[in-house]
Amino acid sequence: MAKHHVTATVNGDAVEFLCETEDTLLDCLRDQLGLTGTKEGCSTGDCGACSVTVDGRLVCSCLMLGIEANGKSIGTVEGIAQGEKLHPLQEKFLEHAALQCGVCTPGFLVAAKALLEKNPNPTETEARYWLAGNLCRCTGYDKIIRAVLDAAAVMRGA
Amino acid sequence: MQEKVKEPGSEFKWVGTRAPRPDGVDKVTGRARFGADLSLPGQLVGKVLRSPHPHARIRGIDTSAAEKLPGVKAVVTARDFKDQPSEFIPAGEMMINYRDVVRNVMAREKALYEGHPVAAVAATSAAVAKRALKLIKVDYEVLPHVIDVVEAMKPGAPLLHEDLYTVGVDPPPKSPSNVAKRIEFVLGDVAAGLRQADVVIEREFTTKPVHQGYIEPHACIASVSEDGLAELWGTTQGHWVVRAHCARLLGWDISKVRVTASEIGGGFGGKTVVYLEPIALALAKKAARPVKMVMTREEVFRASGPTSGAHVRVKIGARKDGRIVAAEAELKYQAGAFPGSPVQPGAMCAFAPYDLENVKVVGYDVVTNRPKVAAYRAPGGPISEFAVESVIDEIAARIGMDPIDLRLKNAAKQGTKAAYGPKFGPIGMIETLEAAKAHAHYRTPLGKNQGRGVASGFWFNIGGETAVSLSLNEDGTLALTAGTPDIGGLRASLCMMAAEELGVPMDKIRVVIGDTNSLGYNFLTGGSRSTFSSGMATVDAARQLIKEACKRAAKLWELPEDAVEYKDGAVRPAGPNAGKHSPMTLRDIAGIAGKTGGPIVGYARINAAGAAPSLATHICDVEVDPETGRVSVVRYTAIQDAGRAIHPSYVEGQYQGGVAQGIGWALNEEYIYGDDGKLQNPGFLDYRVPVASDLPMIDTVIVEVPNPRHPYGVRGVGETPIVPPMAAVANAVANATGVRFADLPMSPPKVLKALDEARAKGTAKL
Repeated sequence: MAKHHVTATVNGDAVEFLCETEDTLLDCLRDQLGLTGTKEGCSTGDCGACSVTVDGRLVCSCLMLGIEANGKSIGTVEGIAQGEKLHPLQEKFLEHAALQCGVCTPGFLVAAKALLEKNPNPTETEARYWLAGNLCRCTGYDKIIRAVLDAAAVMRGA
Repeated sequence: MQEKVKEPGSEFKWVGTRAPRPDGVDKVTGRARFGADLSLPGQLVGKVLRSPHPHARIRGIDTSAAEKLPGVKAVVTARDFKDQPSEFIPAGEMMINYRDVVRNVMAREKALYEGHPVAAVAATSAAVAKRALKLIKVDYEVLPHVIDVVEAMKPGAPLLHEDLYTVGVDPPPKSPSNVAKRIEFVLGDVAAGLRQADVVIEREFTTKPVHQGYIEPHACIASVSEDGLAELWGTTQGHWVVRAHCARLLGWDISKVRVTASEIGGGFGGKTVVYLEPIALALAKKAARPVKMVMTREEVFRASGPTSGAHVRVKIGARKDGRIVAAEAELKYQAGAFPGSPVQPGAMCAFAPYDLENVKVVGYDVVTNRPKVAAYRAPGGPISEFAVESVIDEIAARIGMDPIDLRLKNAAKQGTKAAYGPKFGPIGMIETLEAAKAHAHYRTPLGKNQGRGVASGFWFNIGGETAVSLSLNEDGTLALTAGTPDIGGLRASLCMMAAEELGVPMDKIRVVIGDTNSLGYNFLTGGSRSTFSSGMATVDAARQLIKEACKRAAKLWELPEDAVEYKDGAVRPAGPNAGKHSPMTLRDIAGIAGKTGGPIVGYARINAAGAAPSLATHICDVEVDPETGRVSVVRYTAIQDAGRAIHPSYVEGQYQGGVAQGIGWALNEEYIYGDDGKLQNPGFLDYRVPVASDLPMIDTVIVEVPNPRHPYGVRGVGETPIVPPMAAVANAVANATGVRFADLPMSPPKVLKALDEARAKGTAKL
């Protein structure tokens, strides 16, 4: 069968790619578009390393087919910084040493950004539950949660 | 290198600060390239066929149909790897035997666990590769299997290796068994010690195998040219080690194999061995095209090494005043399919935090039909120390003594002779205990259904072979190349030590992890050795560079070499010549490098000696739900001796991460096998590692008892943090409920059942 032709927006840019029916959005981002910042940790939606936004909604890109992205607007870790200016979440992750190996970091940043867009002033508990779908095996989450809450404060202008 | 440790204080400009990490921006922008992130032109996809049986003889493999499938470019089986003689070779904290390594990479005579590789293919797409795997016919003779360590030790248990005879027993056994080795450490006389005891407590414990759980699955890409020059890129804790293993298994010269370590998405010991790498190289050679291989999460669980499950018996005798007079332990660790569990380090650590006169530890290394264990953060230590720290807590409760005071009364200190042999130098056991006692956490009242536990932990740490180069660039900036993969801030620490030595800003130094051709041999990142060893080598390289810079300036100034000094980032005439010439910065020196002798490079090649143990004491508060049996950790404080924290944030991060893994081990994580010998939870949904909503903030206290054998006093810190948590949690649960748990994990159904039983007997506290 012929491949599917998909047009979408990724990080604000119009893109098009061809994919097989069974290709996940994660496969398409990594293999067709070369956006390897989005990671595959489990391919079953349990680890959150492949978190992206689709029309503003947080999803595991391993659980969505590439063809489902047709006409949609996708946000990945590569689109978080504005030019040379890092996003406050990125700044705070570095400042708080909220990453060790860094492989879960793209997913956490995408998920945390989605959180702060919905809830600019989350409590620690709210942040912990929102980010419970993102696994980190290095940090014990302490510094990640601090970075997210600190970034939220900066973004609120507090 | 032995010298006086630098004292902390105002003279440190970088060491001890929370400087930005050099690899940080790449890791928050998605730019950093991990194992699966590299693609090469013309690459094929490699996939592995794995045994569906936990134990089966392989009578034959027919790959002809797979080979004929369009798009399949290569198929390999055990025939493509050279058989190896049996010989144990030290590999950091563990031992390896190439006879077993080659069989673990690709099953030969038998498949020894569900998931054991039996063949592999390289094809033009993942879909074709998967179809090809289905066309490979393996003729299995299914054999009875054994999963449990105690069952595997029984006479008549299914034998994994017909030629395995227990080592370390006298007389040697006449028949084979699943017990690979018996070890023993004895100090003093345990029987005599027990006669002085007022209290003797003996308990048996079991722990389940748990996986390192790195978020990045194993991945690599291999390319072999027609003249046999191989390139391998992938995620590993040690690319020189990967190179050595691959060259050996494939029968190639080491010079033919160049390995580049990608960024690594967690390892914790699990990426110290090879799985896909030799297969990818063999496929790439056969296909004459690059081959990329990435494990699925399911493959990671089924076929890469977790740590041992174990059965442990501990007996401790103490006097009423809290002095421990005798301590005995028997450790049975399952190794998985091949010998080599971490029972030896487990036995060495068991009572190491304590200054004891009478100790006996016996350990057994036992094979079972499970994946071969790999190192996992302080391999062996958390298991034995969980049991010991639980019994010590029970003794403290029995004699009515504060558990920290009891530990203080028995704490190992400088000069203590450990049961496993050495006399300790300065160590921080007492300091961590005193810090725990002084911590506000220890005095804070507990709430309803809550309990508090304390536990200590020990890990040796290692040094080993290390090379680092430091080059002065043409403009006076610097290029630092190290060979131990950076898993959690190493480049920052090395850069800080170099900046400190050279008196230049950190951002003038670019630090990279070089490939296997860029430096001499580097042992892997493991044993908490990389900040210690590569740090020591970085300091050595910086001092060589400074010496050379001084030599060049002296030449220019026509002064003797000892008439110049390096201070505050510049070479200056010293002593009677002081002020005669303007100081020359590294930029000035770089400018004269060519005409005074050529490139200026410090190149350290050391076998780092003097690694020192790191001790920790943890305080844990739990809340137990009396209706569901769920245990929640509500407060946690980790106190540990770092020797000196080069970058405190990453030291704290090691403490916090180890605690989280230890809590997972204590409460949730386990490999669940069915009667059919197959793993039932090979995914993060059912193998549940702690998530953000499971944990509280994890408080840390960095104690600094400098290691006199390191120029900045560094001790390895990465492994010790996973040692105390299981006992700290279990002791807290016992304090909350009145029920002592000896079987991990303390998952809700088990806790609820035990609570119900205790309630029936009237011994439950809630």
